Amino acid sequence: MELLDKLNILADAAKYDAACTSSGLDRAGRQGAIGSTMVAGCCHSFSADGRCVTLLKVLQTNFCVYDCQYCVNRRSNDVPRAAFTPEELCELTIGFYRRNYIEGLFLSSAVIQSPDYTTELMIRTLRILRETYRFGGYIHAKAIPGADPLLTHRLGLLADRMSVNIELPSSPSLALLAPDKKKEAILTPMRQISEGIAASKQELAVCRHAPRFAPAGQSTQMIVGATPESDRHILTLTQALYDRYQLKRVFYSAYMPVSSSPLLPVAEGFKPPLLREHRLYQADWLLRYYHFRAEEILDESQPDLDPRMDPKCCWALRHLEFFPVEVNRADYEALLRVPGLGVRSARRILRARRVGPLNFEGLKRLGVVLKRAQYFLTCSGRMMQGLHVSEDGLLRHLVSLEAPALAEPAPEQLSLFDSAV
Amino acid sequence: MSWTQISCQYDGTYPGFLSCVFDCYVNREEPVEFHSPEDMCCSLYPLRQVETDEAHAQRVFRSFGKFGAEGQRLAVRTFLTCLPDRELWLWRFLRLAYEQGPKIGRNLTDPTVDKVRKAVWHLEHEAHMYKGFTRFSELEGTLVGEIEPKNRVLPLLRAHFSGRYPQERFVLHDRTHSEALFHQPGPQGCAILPVEDFSMGPAGAEELAYRRLWRAFYDTIAIEGRYNPKCRMTNMPKRYWAMMTEFQKDWDTALPEIKGV
Repeated sequence: MELLDKLNILADAAKYDAACTSSGLDRAGRQGAIGSTMVAGCCHSFSADGRCVTLLKVLQTNFCVYDCQYCVNRRSNDVPRAAFTPEELCELTIGFYRRNYIEGLFLSSAVIQSPDYTTELMIRTLRILRETYRFGGYIHAKAIPGADPLLTHRLGLLADRMSVNIELPSSPSLALLAPDKKKEAILTPMRQISEGIAASKQELAVCRHAPRFAPAGQSTQMIVGATPESDRHILTLTQALYDRYQLKRVFYSAYMPVSSSPLLPVAEGFKPPLLREHRLYQADWLLRYYHFRAEEILDESQPDLDPRMDPKCCWALRHLEFFPVEVNRADYEALLRVPGLGVRSARRILRARRVGPLNFEGLKRLGVVLKRAQYFLTCSGRMMQGLHVSEDGLLRHLVSLEAPALAEPAPEQLSLFDSAV
Repeated sequence: MSWTQISCQYDGTYPGFLSCVFDCYVNREEPVEFHSPEDMCCSLYPLRQVETDEAHAQRVFRSFGKFGAEGQRLAVRTFLTCLPDRELWLWRFLRLAYEQGPKIGRNLTDPTVDKVRKAVWHLEHEAHMYKGFTRFSELEGTLVGEIEPKNRVLPLLRAHFSGRYPQERFVLHDRTHSEALFHQPGPQGCAILPVEDFSMGPAGAEELAYRRLWRAFYDTIAIEGRYNPKCRMTNMPKRYWAMMTEFQKDWDTALPEIKGV
């Protein structure tokens, strides 16, 4: 099989994995080697679906012995199958890397023969990259649930970021749709990876040349919309994962109907829950950067995120007693809670107010979105001029601010001669 | 402080500009216009020709240490931006910085500081985009790439690419500013030089194969059900597309010529 065909098959099989970033690690280039990484990551392109393309995202092989109902590579599905040899995958990666097409490699795999055999194949690929080609770029490796801990550990010493997909947000859903993947089989490698990362950090504090285990951290992914869990369930699970396993990031993937299984939502007319995925990502950002807890965003009275507005605005409207926040006196946490004020604006406010008191014009220069924030802020005790606040009016106004971004594609122009009008 | 208002003429380089700053402070003159050799137009203000003096430029450059890290970064990088009248804004910024010292880095609401900061942000943002969007082609062992930035980003890209490909010979050509970044293995192997004429040669079979592979990967990786051209355009403006392999259908030799002005 030609390399081009293999690439088409194995890139197509890997594209549903959303967890593809090149961030988390700063590694300078070295003489005699090739490659470096940036802590912020770098987008090399954007695909037609708007997502960032930064790594060569492929499967080592899509031959699979499992039969997970939601997956395009399941055993019972009739698709062309291929496998990269470690040597040709390395050559492809280096060829792309030299031309600055990619930041590194994202290597996942379907389970061929057994989890151990698959992991050994991946280890062989990564060793050739790291040792023969002296590759210092970014490598994201997916751990295979059920593999031997020693093999997973060896994989982590070669990769920069590791991940294990949680796939589905609850064990009943997992048991139903992916009976071959047990919940323990997924959580055990996650625990092992997080413990390995912690141990490696401690060793590095003592000895600079200690081996680095997954220095860019760990992430995971779950599919949203395939099973009936509420947003509250998903967000609580996300919070628990951050707390217990110190993950860098949790990714959500809107379910795309690639399966005709009777257990999954019907493929005809099924619209992937893209807006729900977007709101979940916004809520995830609140957990990671804005010091929110999952219980604050959603609770029993509101188990799902409001699709009309972002979660921060929703929280602000439910807790109007917290506002208005005085810009010249409030602390960082309070500033972060104001809609229209992001992490950068809050930091700039803290820097700028050491020079003198801020007014609304100054806030505008700092990059604060006053259209939202004006209802929730005061400058030196005064709200913005010409502002009349009432609770319903506030809700309607914030919803209307958000509406253009959610607009459906423009309706067709009606014709004067259309008899159907 | 009432300084005489003059129009300053210098050679267009950064040391030239710093020599202007030195002379204006010595003679207590306030430049309201800056002229480089390209734009010779008459001015109502008295003209002062400034010769580039390395020693004076070095003195001014060293004095930037008084501004703190943030102020220093703005003072050095503003000259690389594409801000119209950037010399004038930089002059105003320096006047302010000499008065305020390290506080200038925190004085974010001041209009001059704000303008300069946003121009430098635009420069750094474009440099970051180009770290990802630059595409090299391998032609007889050398990697050759071309970009068309609005700001002068090569000085910011230099450390990145030299660090990433220390064993490679590469050339990165900046179309807008007619200069190129050259690199070869070894210490002192990196330089940015002006270039008048630049065209890439024909690509070999291996290079064409890699371009095809990349295009195939790019087309395959998109999920049809999530097709979102608007999102792609927001994140990757169309002006970058001309130099990127994935959007060229029959690109087997030089990059496309610039059509129109």
